Amino acid sequence: MSADILQSLPAKRVETGKLMSGAEMLLECLVREGVDCFFGYPGGVTIPFYDALYDHHIRHVLVRHEENAVFAAEGFARATGKVGVCCATSGPGATNLVTGLVDAMMDSIPIVAITGQVHSKLIGSDAFQEADTFGITRSATKHNFMVKTLAELPQIVHEAFYIAASGRPGPVLVDIPKDVFQARGHYTPIDTIHLPGYKVFTEGHAGQIRRAAQLIWEAEKPMVYAGGGIIAANASAELKEFVETADAPAVCTLMGLGGLSSSHPNFISMPGMHGSYAANMGMTDCDLLIALGTRFDDRVTGQLATFARHARVIHVDIDPAEVGKNRTPDIPIVGDVKRVLQKLNKVLQELEPEFGRKKAEPRRRWWSQISAWKAERPYDRPRADDEIKPQHLMDEIDRLSGGQAIVTSDVGQHQMWAAQLIRFNEPRLWINSGGLGAMGFGVPSAMGAQMARPDKLVFAICGDGGFQMSIPELATIASQGLPVKIVVMNNGYLGMVRQWQTLFYNNRLSAVTLDCFPDAEKLAAAYGFQGRTIDKPSQLTRALEEAIAYPGPYLLNVMVSPEENVYPMVPAGGSISEMVFGDVKPVAVA
Amino acid sequence: MLQTISILLENKPGALLRVTGVLAARGYNIETLTVAKTIDPELSRMTIGVDVEERLRSQVIKQMNKLVNVLQATDLTDAPAVIREMILLRVRCEQPTRTAVLKEAEIFHARVVDSSTEGFALEATGEPEKLDEFVDIMRSYGDIEVTRSGGVAMSLETKKIRLQPPVPAAVPQTTF
Repeated sequence: MSADILQSLPAKRVETGKLMSGAEMLLECLVREGVDCFFGYPGGVTIPFYDALYDHHIRHVLVRHEENAVFAAEGFARATGKVGVCCATSGPGATNLVTGLVDAMMDSIPIVAITGQVHSKLIGSDAFQEADTFGITRSATKHNFMVKTLAELPQIVHEAFYIAASGRPGPVLVDIPKDVFQARGHYTPIDTIHLPGYKVFTEGHAGQIRRAAQLIWEAEKPMVYAGGGIIAANASAELKEFVETADAPAVCTLMGLGGLSSSHPNFISMPGMHGSYAANMGMTDCDLLIALGTRFDDRVTGQLATFARHARVIHVDIDPAEVGKNRTPDIPIVGDVKRVLQKLNKVLQELEPEFGRKKAEPRRRWWSQISAWKAERPYDRPRADDEIKPQHLMDEIDRLSGGQAIVTSDVGQHQMWAAQLIRFNEPRLWINSGGLGAMGFGVPSAMGAQMARPDKLVFAICGDGGFQMSIPELATIASQGLPVKIVVMNNGYLGMVRQWQTLFYNNRLSAVTLDCFPDAEKLAAAYGFQGRTIDKPSQLTRALEEAIAYPGPYLLNVMVSPEENVYPMVPAGGSISEMVFGDVKPVAVA
Repeated sequence: MLQTISILLENKPGALLRVTGVLAARGYNIETLTVAKTIDPELSRMTIGVDVEERLRSQVIKQMNKLVNVLQATDLTDAPAVIREMILLRVRCEQPTRTAVLKEAEIFHARVVDSSTEGFALEATGEPEKLDEFVDIMRSYGDIEVTRSGGVAMSLETKKIRLQPPVPAAVPQTTF
């Protein structure tokens, strides 16, 4: 289904023993890993690699800044589940990758980054465009490699892909000196990878799974807390079966949105700092919290001491270091959440005749409590006649996408409103910089996602701040003809920082006013596509429809109410049950 | 109190830095560190002495175990284990105290590795606390200079190491 055009290309296989250059071997390894497209920017030491690429079928997308090469690769990976690949030259090329690598690390996205390095004889001599990429990216990656000889190149490349994609996914960097690209040798395909110290726990402990199932049936007020692990493990079907079998309401974190369809009756919403009242009250009041592929992030839990205080906790995660990191679970299960849910669903069904009906009455009360919370305080959806409310914009995008479009975002107010109000009826539709919160993520990740899914409607929702970090990529979008719909939620501020300054810093607005924004129509025209600015609610629907109908990229700059704040809000460090719903000045805690 | 962490890791460039990076990234100061090849030259055994907050200790061990190059990281602080350290110590001593210094050295099973008119160079091994006492005593005889190896530790339990078996290479994911 992904990238039909790309997959129809012939997959070239090189025979054993063929004399080839390092650059050609690298390309052959990429082909064997199923790579059909990658994002990069050439430079001095990668010229030998780009020379080999010149007559190779793998599609290379020339971005306009290396940081965006990782973000685009992330968009590709997040939209497909495949490993995203990017490439940069030594020195500044490699250092420009760092933000993207950390982003992929925080959100557990499988990326392989190839960097060129100066000639191995020059390493350590402060040569032109030399940087200690191996050292700089050590803590920015799941693992990194420096290739020292041609002989070890194929092995390392396959190890990199394996490490990136398996276990808890993450970015892996391979640093390759120029002379390794140039060296020639006989190619031998690699059939096995042996990493004795690399531990991947997938199956989950059978006894623990059985105990978990018992606890679930015994619970009167269960709550499923599903994270990005559901998406990474492709466990959506299993999650759906699980919430239905266990008759449990579910929240999906910012990274987990779409893991359970937003339209599913058991889905409540996103929890946490800007989560819904029902989600946060449900998390606070539940007697059993079932955490699936999630890491008890501070933006979700708020004050840990009061988080789900009365609940027993089942925690399933593939990373043993996440289990018990922030909250000690009653039942820890280390494993692939897909495999664990498959087994858990079986045991639940097995035990249903014995336990299933015992808690029917308390469960019914729990569900009606949740409905009451939902009704009591749904998300705000204000409308105005004279100005476009940001929530109005998100509602319209939601209506027009019908829970089916890919939506990428930057970080900030627009991200929170999009996460609150846009439905995602499938996994891999909502693509955002969750853990790192990197501005300038929306546009390049939308490029990668559109590249991977030419069949999909892709919105890049940006703030006016983040968008201005991404402007160089308008050239890439134009040259690749990617029909991405860029929607700038323009409030003239760095909105989230402005919101905090308003609420916690006596409204002293310091360095948050973005008082110059390019004319969207002219800017888009400068790159050869359509753009428009709107500022009236009456224009909104038509303008969005026009953008969707336009057969190419579109830049829609939407002027929204500048002072609107995102609510509910849990002040940093507070309990998630203590939400603020409007412009009442809360107590500053952090 | 100092914790003792024993780590079996691949003998590869950068592996040491990855392990110490887990501690450095969290602001912990490494008090002692020793590392050397094992009987399998592809592996190294590392012993680290570090003061990590009680509640974060298991997290640190888990983070080390996550490293691709680490085969096993174990907390030996409260486990049955022996820890030994080596010390090289130079003590300046005048004629009248020389015999006394040698007597004390004998109590600590220290060997004389150099002797001159100015004093002795001594070599001793033992538990780190024992060596602390040795240092204190020698200091009472005159100026000293000390080089310590840092502790090397060995668990007295046989723990099975779970190693990842080989897997086929280049199996493109078909998740989508």
